[in-house]
Amino acid sequence: MLQRIVSGGRWTQAQPAAACLAARWMSSNAGELAHALDDLPPYRPGSNPKWERVEAAKREAALGGGEARIAKQHKQGKLTARERLQLLFDPGSFKEAGALVQHRCNDFDMDRQQPFGDGVVTGSGKVFGRPAFAFSQDFTVFGGSLSESHALKICRLMDRAVAAGAPVVGLNDSGGARIQEGVMSLAGYAEVFQRNVDASGVVPQLSLVMGPCAGGAVYSPALTDFTFMVRHSSYMFLTGPEVVRSVTREEVTQEQLGGAGTHTTKSGVAHGAFDNELDALAGVRELLSFLPLSNRDKLPQIPCTDPTDRQCPYLDYVVPGSELEAYDMLGVVQQVVDDGQVLEIMREYARNMIVGFARLEGRTVGIVANQPAVLAGCLDIDASVKAARFVRFCDAFNIPLLTFVDVPGFLPGTAQEYGGIIRHGAKLLYAYAEATVPKLTVITRKAFGGAYDVMSSKHLRGDVNLSWPTGQIAVMGAKGAVEILFRGKDTDMKQQEQEYELKFSNPFQAAKVGFIDDVILPRTTRQRLCQELEVLADKKVWRPQRKHGNIPL
Amino acid sequence: MQSRRRLLACLRFLAAAPGGERHLSSTAAGSARAADGRLFNKLLVANRGEIAVRVMRTAKRLGIPTVAIYSEADAAAVHARYANEAVCVGPAASTASYLNIPAILAAMKQTGADAVHPGYGFLSENASFVEAVEGAGATFVGPPTYAVEKMGDKVESKKFAAAAQVNTIPGWAGVTENADHALTVAKDIGFPVMIKASAGGGGKGMRVAWSEKELREGYELCTQEAASAFGDSRMLIEKFIEQPRHIEIQVLGDKHGNVVYFPERECSIQRRNQKVIEEAPSPLVTPEMRRAMGEQAVALCKAVGYHSAGTVEFLANPQRQFYFLEMNTRLQVEHPITEMITGQDLVEHMLRVAAGQPLTVTQDQLLHCSGWAMECRVYAEDPARGFLPSIGRLQHYREPRGPSVRCDSGVQEGSEISMHYDPLISKLVTHGVDRQSALAGMRRALDSYVIRGVRHNATLLRSVLDVPQFVEGDLSTAFLAQHYPTPASSAPNRLPLSSQQADELLAMAAMLWVGKQRRLSSGGDVAQVQAETQLVLTMDEQQVPVTVRPAEARMVGAAATTTTSAAAATPPGGGGQALEVQLPHRIMYVRDCGTGNAQLVRAEVDGQAAVLQVLEAGPRQYALQHCGAQRVVQVDGVLAAQLARHMPVPHVEDFSKVIRSPMPGTLVSVTVKQGQRVAPGDEVAVVEAMKMRNVLRAEVDGVVGAVEAEAGAVVAADQVIVRFS
Repeated sequence: MLQRIVSGGRWTQAQPAAACLAARWMSSNAGELAHALDDLPPYRPGSNPKWERVEAAKREAALGGGEARIAKQHKQGKLTARERLQLLFDPGSFKEAGALVQHRCNDFDMDRQQPFGDGVVTGSGKVFGRPAFAFSQDFTVFGGSLSESHALKICRLMDRAVAAGAPVVGLNDSGGARIQEGVMSLAGYAEVFQRNVDASGVVPQLSLVMGPCAGGAVYSPALTDFTFMVRHSSYMFLTGPEVVRSVTREEVTQEQLGGAGTHTTKSGVAHGAFDNELDALAGVRELLSFLPLSNRDKLPQIPCTDPTDRQCPYLDYVVPGSELEAYDMLGVVQQVVDDGQVLEIMREYARNMIVGFARLEGRTVGIVANQPAVLAGCLDIDASVKAARFVRFCDAFNIPLLTFVDVPGFLPGTAQEYGGIIRHGAKLLYAYAEATVPKLTVITRKAFGGAYDVMSSKHLRGDVNLSWPTGQIAVMGAKGAVEILFRGKDTDMKQQEQEYELKFSNPFQAAKVGFIDDVILPRTTRQRLCQELEVLADKKVWRPQRKHGNIPL
Repeated sequence: MQSRRRLLACLRFLAAAPGGERHLSSTAAGSARAADGRLFNKLLVANRGEIAVRVMRTAKRLGIPTVAIYSEADAAAVHARYANEAVCVGPAASTASYLNIPAILAAMKQTGADAVHPGYGFLSENASFVEAVEGAGATFVGPPTYAVEKMGDKVESKKFAAAAQVNTIPGWAGVTENADHALTVAKDIGFPVMIKASAGGGGKGMRVAWSEKELREGYELCTQEAASAFGDSRMLIEKFIEQPRHIEIQVLGDKHGNVVYFPERECSIQRRNQKVIEEAPSPLVTPEMRRAMGEQAVALCKAVGYHSAGTVEFLANPQRQFYFLEMNTRLQVEHPITEMITGQDLVEHMLRVAAGQPLTVTQDQLLHCSGWAMECRVYAEDPARGFLPSIGRLQHYREPRGPSVRCDSGVQEGSEISMHYDPLISKLVTHGVDRQSALAGMRRALDSYVIRGVRHNATLLRSVLDVPQFVEGDLSTAFLAQHYPTPASSAPNRLPLSSQQADELLAMAAMLWVGKQRRLSSGGDVAQVQAETQLVLTMDEQQVPVTVRPAEARMVGAAATTTTSAAAATPPGGGGQALEVQLPHRIMYVRDCGTGNAQLVRAEVDGQAAVLQVLEAGPRQYALQHCGAQRVVQVDGVLAAQLARHMPVPHVEDFSKVIRSPMPGTLVSVTVKQGQRVAPGDEVAVVEAMKMRNVLRAEVDGVVGAVEAEAGAVVAADQVIVRFS
């Protein structure tokens, strides 16, 4: 009891719970007398100058850039670096490392300002009882600017995280490089970048941009697995509006250039945005709960109360009778997964593709799904890149992939071709082909042309490829096919279309040759996937030795 | 004793599984026309949805094969699958299918059906359909043409009623010729008056006018509605009775001149003149009043030579004076409550009567009711938008179950509530020994009724059950308008919670939160969530500090909190451990009982069973529904709650500057022009959807900045029609 309180660093005003409870049970005076010393504070020689100096330094470190700057930060709807960490980790679990670090710069009178911590708080703690590491830039100290020591703290933290095999969360709130330190600051960035790359695929790396993140600094979040932003208080860009104006004469605000809206809808730099910091930190905790701690960790599994044999009658009706009608694929996914909970990644970007995390029987799965309600669910550059990166993340961390297919093909047009849809589409193809995690695929309706191949098909070593009776696995839709097959021929197109439909607009052609393992009733989808996944849990694939493949970047 | 036996028989009938065809031989005397003693060879049900299923259920029990008709939009509908045979009678629009008499006659011929039950609505009160059916040599399961004709016409029916010594509403008038004539009539009778379509029903083409202006406006709208809904725009005007209660008498007659009446039903809880909550018997009615009403109803039936089931509707005032309103010559929507308190199967009686058998029930048997029954009509509609229908597919759908719960529905999970038909999802009926227990049963039933995918009124219904006046039986047809005066006040997130209910909601939210933390932490170190958890819950902008600790800790001492294993934190079967939730002013004990259903939480709160619905679960908040009220509960740790004040205020869009279409439909007219000044309440546009014309009115003073849609355009829900500058 006492041990815990002392190590907590300070006395809490409220009586500890256990003491309360004990007091309730010890109702007699004799009982209270027996434990009279419980209330005595521990030995704490305030007069000892050595102890006092440490205490004072820690108090100073805890205040960061001082109360005035903290108030200013709060006024902007932003929390301090330490507050953020306390919210990110389970209550009381955060342990700081490097609180007393100071910078080593003597230029520009910097030696006269030596704040403890040097603009970044680093340490570790627990998220839902599981270990994680985090650094949090302190905007109240030199605007969170990155110095040599600041960078070194981050690097040490990352080294420890990789060694310990636990995720790293970066909370970015920094004005940029510490100009006074010159190249030492740039070196610091690069050291962090190198570690981001070294840790990539070893431990999950998450970035939460909670303030400015400009210039070279943006590349650290860009190298991590997921980047999140806070609406209206964070922005990311390489060159700010002023430079943009002087070079290209474009008038643009910070928000337009690099706000959360821009990066979650237009650029795809950020994977999600939150309305405020409390939501953001809660959201990052939620995401961490889905992820293994490292590539050597087992897939997390939580107790599942949603019956694995739950039937989903809704799915029997969801695919419309008319081919031209759309439906919401997210609704389909929500029916299938545990408790209907899907944590979507990049929800606002390339909405014709859904990616996200969910659970089946309590085990994390990565969801990739065409969204017929947007652009008919076709594959375009953005959707391919979005899904490709997600597939590779899941593969790196042994998260099984669950793919829902309703894809009419690739989006045609000069914009796509000039933009390199061939190159970008190849990324998704590559990612699926390379992935060795269990791959389960459900074709709900269309699986046309090259897009069929790409979407976790049997040919890309899909483990279980299922189709609903409404599945249509073909080179293209009936109308287009008939137009090509009978071009210039004098024939009844309508009848030919019907014949083509009868022949190809169904799962039989594919099932006949084993490209589809089974045609299932939609309502049984969840049950079937849970069963298949259980069987595949220990899937192993051996690949020939190589340094690394060459994904078409 | 006897009534109890009847009730049990009734419940047994209700519990009969779909398709469980018990072959009852017809014991009663009479002409059993079918070869093997069945009442009929085959029964075609000329209807859809719950009533079609309801009728078929009895037919199946009586061993009569059934035929469903369906429109192209209903190919996968429950009623079409429930029947032994199903015939498509046309495209989605009901005029082309369920009202398509030639197609229905063809379906009869094709299937060899020798009887037709019309259900309610559609062709149930259409005399030419009765003639057509009978002309085709089949039996119409319903009243004779003459009665349908006379009672179907509101003007005619009143003449009959007056002649049969039935109390009628003072100052009633015949059909009005035009708005001017209507005005003269109204002035004669005195405002307020009720304008209603002669051919009306279901609240369509019906409005109350309190002034000349309202009369002119209302007359216009009613005429248009009646023309489009019934193809008959004749209007009549009558005195509007204030604080009226709607009480009706179920009657049943046979072809041998016998007519009996059943205990009354009270259907005062209405919206837009459409019943939503009904009960039997009525809390107002005394045995004397019951007898008087019943005897008048029987007299009217005898006057028109009525047979089969029918309903005589009265308006009653709090002084127990009652006036004839109209007679419905069909099986009413709300017939189940009568069945619940009498143990009779009205559809069976209708079939027997149609087959020529004399009544098998006597008036004496019907004088006493067994207990109390209540019915809620659950509609796919949006109370927050003036009860406009809400269309969509039922993503999650779970009906309440229980020994005295009956849910008559024609949908299943996955069914579509389509824009083509009445958006009724189900009729939820509960029975109890008295009104209080029927009411308590209904509360429980509505609480556990899971409907997702469409907006619905179950929340509002549940809320009504807690209004003190309702609990006391102090009802009127203006009840909803009085207690929920604006659309906003019937929005689920605005429905009230008592302080006890609010405490329960908070305690269960804390329980859900702690349960989730434990589940997510099960892969890690659980010791920390085993101990006490301090939370701050935010609901309705109030922060409530809450402490949650395992309830067992009190029993076994503090030490146990650190030694409890991870397994104990989450016992198998989804049930949770008992928690002590300390709210600022009280302590509650809660335990999650687990349902294996993410939408529904069953818990024990202070030893009482409680039900909570989860609408949405986010990382920091829950959207929950408790006792009909929907609330967002934000759950934070102590620190996050302290820091919440620094968070920016969420941006809320101002919709008072625009007029949006409340639902998908056709824009009939735009009343305003650009630059025009409007005052609150001014008509801005009219949108027609589901045959209802909805007047959109300005909510604030303003000048029209832009008109963004033209009359005749098809508009989507929430589409902006007019923007104010």
